[in-house]
Amino acid sequence: MLEADRRGEDALLVSATGSGKTLSGFLPTLAELADHPTDRLHTLYVSPLKALTNDIERNLSGPVAEMGLPITIESRTGDTGASVKARQRTRPPNILLTTPESLSLLLAHPDGEILFADLRRVVIDEVHAFASTKRGDLLALSLARLAKIAPDHRRAALSATVADPDAYRRWLSRNNDADNVALVRGLDMAAPDIRIISPQGHVPWAGHSARYAAPQVMEEIKAHRLTLVFCNTRALAELTLQELWSINTENLPIGIFHGSLSLEVRQRAESGIAAGKLRALVCTSALDLGVDWGDVDLVIQMGAPKGTARLLQRIGRSNHRADEASRAFLIPGNRFEYLEARAALDAIAEGVLDAEYWRPGALDVLAQHIMALACAGPFDEDALFAEVTGCAPYSDLTRDQFGQVLHFVADGGYALSSYDRFQRIRKGADGLWHVSHPRFITQHRMNAGIIVEAPMLKVRFRNGRVLGQLEENFAASLTPGDTFRFSGLDLEVEAIKDADLIVRATTKAALIPSYMGARIALTTSLSDRVRALLYDPEEHNRLPPEVRDWLEAQSRQSMLPAPDQLLVETFPHEGLHHMVIHSFEGWNAHQSLGMLITQRMEKGGLNPLGFVANDYSLAVYGLRKIEDPGTLLDAEVIDSELIEWVQKSYLLKRAFREVAVIGGLVERHHPGRRKTGKQVTFSTDLIYDVLQKHEPDHVLLRAAWADASTRLVEVGRLSRLLDRARATMLHVDLPQVSPLAVPSLVMIGRERVAGGAAEETLIAELEAIIADGSTNDHATA
Amino acid sequence: MVPHLFHGETLHLMPCGAIWWPAAEALLVADLHFGKARFFAATGQFLPPYDSVETAIQLADRVARTGAQRIICLGDSFHDADGAAHLAPDAYEVLAGLADRAEWIWITGNHDDAAHFTFGRAVEEMTLRGVILRHEARADCTAPEISGHFHPKIRLRHRGTAVSRRCFLVAGKRMIMPAFGALTGGLDVRHPAIHKAMGEPVTALVPGTERLLHFPVTQRLAACA
Repeated sequence: MLEADRRGEDALLVSATGSGKTLSGFLPTLAELADHPTDRLHTLYVSPLKALTNDIERNLSGPVAEMGLPITIESRTGDTGASVKARQRTRPPNILLTTPESLSLLLAHPDGEILFADLRRVVIDEVHAFASTKRGDLLALSLARLAKIAPDHRRAALSATVADPDAYRRWLSRNNDADNVALVRGLDMAAPDIRIISPQGHVPWAGHSARYAAPQVMEEIKAHRLTLVFCNTRALAELTLQELWSINTENLPIGIFHGSLSLEVRQRAESGIAAGKLRALVCTSALDLGVDWGDVDLVIQMGAPKGTARLLQRIGRSNHRADEASRAFLIPGNRFEYLEARAALDAIAEGVLDAEYWRPGALDVLAQHIMALACAGPFDEDALFAEVTGCAPYSDLTRDQFGQVLHFVADGGYALSSYDRFQRIRKGADGLWHVSHPRFITQHRMNAGIIVEAPMLKVRFRNGRVLGQLEENFAASLTPGDTFRFSGLDLEVEAIKDADLIVRATTKAALIPSYMGARIALTTSLSDRVRALLYDPEEHNRLPPEVRDWLEAQSRQSMLPAPDQLLVETFPHEGLHHMVIHSFEGWNAHQSLGMLITQRMEKGGLNPLGFVANDYSLAVYGLRKIEDPGTLLDAEVIDSELIEWVQKSYLLKRAFREVAVIGGLVERHHPGRRKTGKQVTFSTDLIYDVLQKHEPDHVLLRAAWADASTRLVEVGRLSRLLDRARATMLHVDLPQVSPLAVPSLVMIGRERVAGGAAEETLIAELEAIIADGSTNDHATA
Repeated sequence: MVPHLFHGETLHLMPCGAIWWPAAEALLVADLHFGKARFFAATGQFLPPYDSVETAIQLADRVARTGAQRIICLGDSFHDADGAAHLAPDAYEVLAGLADRAEWIWITGNHDDAAHFTFGRAVEEMTLRGVILRHEARADCTAPEISGHFHPKIRLRHRGTAVSRRCFLVAGKRMIMPAFGALTGGLDVRHPAIHKAMGEPVTALVPGTERLLHFPVTQRLAACA
């Protein structure tokens, strides 16, 4: 790292989690500043987490003070006070620790150019966690701007072990060329000690493992100093905590940590760990990154890992010493998850990791960046285009697309030029683009940001203590007297006031909140491994008897498909005709396919009633037998029906909401107006409908489509599935359900075939239910 | 279109939020909010400039389908005081075409000043076949009354599916219509402001395909919503 830096090269340091790579990233900075003290900003550190900047500030300030070095270190995030922020612009620290969003805001300030003029180094932490996301797009654009302001600074990025370091080198480079970034390999850690645990040798058919494994997890917590219990969803984390406490006879301190909990609750967990007060923490991906959690000596993963990189990251949370193996247990929740866990372990043993999917830079992020630059000062269109296309994510951006985004920033980018006179930025007589009114600068500062959350309600006690927040959709379904479980407490709703859900503790049994959090789908490389494992009888010897018997029964009663084959089974079950497609392409792709196939069946008179998707298969059921599944899996589905369906579905509207906020079409906050808690002031669904009808080619609709098709629908995996279907589909018609199909039939999460008619039926049913029970109960809410 | 008997008058409540009143040959719509997108564009939020023409097209379609001789807009027809003067030309054209065929009455609301619009007659309120039409419900009103203003919307959740619809509200002698405008959002039917305005127990009416669905707005509804 030091060598590359001395040579003046940009560098990517790839190293296992917990090997102390962050501090090594600062070595060149400390060496330079020790020799040549300055009162200017020398090094900018960017991390994806606020918590991480605070942590680094602590860990760096200690040694610097001890060594008596004349180096100032400060962080700057959304939590930093306004006066400190203002002072930092004129009298900056030598090392400034920040996030991509705060950096973008700094660059949106006219002083940015002075502040960064003498910048020598940029250090980017945990780059693997966000380079390929929209936040990575924003940072790439900001880096390009920094390179303009201070061309001589070096870039260094720190990454956990990744499958394709060259992609990250390209992202970090100044001209989309990986060769211009040195690759530095860190220390190899001792191979982790990971085991799959099946409590009492039992692997359930379905579910995600909280209940049946609790006693065993409890035993392991007792046997270790500090255990992290990772869960894939917040709901599962709450459920797991509940199960653990119900058998926690020794009253061991066990806490919970997830993204919905309030800062205060999360900080209490953090300090509990730091002080050695907790014995276990049940957590979600909110803890995947960053902060060093000290004395963890065991990591337990509840349910399937879904990807190898994620699993390694989580395992790395234990035992931060290179010479000692990290310890981890995987507890599969069902039989498919057992196969998945096995496959993940094999991949890790072979050193094969999931490859990251890199999509082109998002246009809504570009729009936000253009507005930021305009806020800093006038810009030249041609120069900016050259600057932007120098970033890897935007290297394929056409001049035409750039022009559309610019037009969008200026006045909404509509074909109808009705908003000419309201332009936010305007091309002046000098040929440069200027912000047309200072209020648009304020507006940008209040609304910039890449993370768009669903509308949230605060969960708090009457005395004002805030526990965290809940998605409005779930909160809206609660009414005074209802109970739910949150933050490990059983709560009863007292009232809903403005944007607050006021609760009190209760002893009544509680519902578990249904969170809307995005699903993590099984990665492609893991799914390939699961398929290989399934087919090879030799491999079955490595599986526990229960799982082995299951696969052998499948082999006898139906068949086990070869890795490149697509098995489709049809059979009658509980009076309905079922079709199960064993395609292993992940939940998102299966969910999309389920919608499409049932739509096709409806048209073909096959009377579908619904479907259920999981990571491994899709089950569709209806009133009539499907004789020829091949016609339903025709690849042309992708070209015509998929697009039509996505356009009508909520997926595109959800994506549109995000691009509308990031791109700056609608505000989260308006200057001078009280924050209402509702983060977006308009129904973006209504805007979507009007825009889709009158200008379907609008740049924001295309940005939304790009998001929905990659992230939510996974069109790529869907077409992979259908391509396979054409060449290799095997249809097996059975008298009854096959062993392999059982897990999908006992799963929860069924989708009814919805549509105009179905929705009408639904609300008519509801009317009848309400009429039955409420003749004189007319009190208003 | 589903008939509903309101104080002796047969009203057809439409899913889009309009009322067709055959005996009065009148089409009632509330809260059109013409020019809403343009109003926000001036503040730097560039909502699509197609809302006015979309609302106008929808209105023209309802007039054509019902053969209404009178179009009565129950206030907030324009989003702001400037709205009438700056109505998008394409939307104006559609409305002017309608005005040639039907009598047009603007009831004025709290947002707009339709009084100076180029066609139609502006009134603060009016009585039609014994029913008072005004923008905002009045607590002291004793006669049957139809008003707008609140943009009621009902959210229902059943069997894991959430549905959100514009809806009509009735309570005693009062009826409140939903907003008709393309970019007009809604206020949850459980909002206290609505109940303060309506006083008595409120029922939400949701036009279904074949009949009108009734949802008493109660605690129990809240549990399902």
